[in-house]
Amino acid sequence: MKLLLSAMSFSWAPDTLLPSLLLMLKGMVGIFAVILLIWAFVTILNKVTNRK
Amino acid sequence: MEQFVELFSNVANFTWQQLLMIVIGGVLIYLAIKKDMEPTLLLPMGFGAILVNLPFVNTEAIETLFNAGIATELFPLLLFIGIGAMIDFGPLLSNPKMFLFGAAAQFGIFFTFIMARLIGFTLQDAGSIAIIGAADGPTSIYLANYFRSNYQGPIMVAAYSYMALVPIIQPPVIKLITTKRERRIRMPYNPSAVSGTTRVLFPIFVTIVAGTIAPKSAELIGFLMFGNLIRECGVLGSLSDTAQKTLANLVTLLLGISVAFKMKAELFVTVETLAIIGLGLVAFVFDTAGGVLFAKFLNLFLKNKVNPMIGAAGISAFPMASRVVHKLGQQEDNQNFLLMHAAGANVSGQIASVIAGGLMITLIEAML
Repeated sequence: MKLLLSAMSFSWAPDTLLPSLLLMLKGMVGIFAVILLIWAFVTILNKVTNRK
Repeated sequence: MEQFVELFSNVANFTWQQLLMIVIGGVLIYLAIKKDMEPTLLLPMGFGAILVNLPFVNTEAIETLFNAGIATELFPLLLFIGIGAMIDFGPLLSNPKMFLFGAAAQFGIFFTFIMARLIGFTLQDAGSIAIIGAADGPTSIYLANYFRSNYQGPIMVAAYSYMALVPIIQPPVIKLITTKRERRIRMPYNPSAVSGTTRVLFPIFVTIVAGTIAPKSAELIGFLMFGNLIRECGVLGSLSDTAQKTLANLVTLLLGISVAFKMKAELFVTVETLAIIGLGLVAFVFDTAGGVLFAKFLNLFLKNKVNPMIGAAGISAFPMASRVVHKLGQQEDNQNFLLMHAAGANVSGQIASVIAGGLMITLIEAML
């Protein structure tokens, strides 16, 4: 793998794995947090407005 | 005679890289016309690629368009008004649990970010490349430009090409990670009624929440939701019509040819372009897998099982992803109608992909 990457002018950077995994975790948690809030809002709004 | 020969002297100035770009431009035009692959963008990009790669050509006009419309992020944002006006969030609002699949199907973005970092791309470039997985052209342009990535040309080509290739990329991935029995799960469609108030308040609330939690996504999500508000408010029919047709067409026309400024041979014919094309595919594959596996995970707890293919419709490529899921469902059981569920997940993907873009900017800036 390292040989292939050096031939392609890239560098193998395993030290980036941990911070990248952390970014993935924060990103996915962030998306789900926003989406869950919107879901809750829509569900409540549907209930309130359909009751009328 | 000498003067006649001199007329053609510029032919000798072609480099092999420029000739290759002209071939690539030709291929993009071919795919747009003959294969109907995202023709509104691939055709202008293909023609632009040919234009900017002629030897000693004056590209000032295209550069001006690029600086005015893309470097300022104006074109992707204006395009989002048109897209927002086109989207009917009804299937999602009437079946709000589909929101979850839009979130899950952004997994490929972050997985691709890890891959891009591992092979040595900078944080900014890795973020720009990963967002190809948003399956959302304007978001890709916005991020690549925000991070001033030198790979805007390859990122655009990859983003729009893979969006058009969704019907080819998704089915094998879905079939690989689902059983026939799972693909045959029927989902009755019992939508709850959606009031006009909900439709009007939805874009406003989404802007406030997404803009507050991920401020960097405020512009993107704001313009998308502004377009949607124009559509749903019921008093701006003419503006909604203009946004959906005239504005979207005009911006798309200029966007494609402006992006070509970054398709000059010296920027495009590189090994990195090949890596970006490969990483784009990784993003789409893992988006699909992320959505499907999340649905399978939910099924562990649900009494009324979800057809896990719905998870694959959570990517932003609308309406291709929902059509793919519906078609696959019909192949397994011709009485299985998944289209409306899939459409809900699909439009949720539109929102989630923009949020993912904003979060990517926020998280990368925090690491710099």
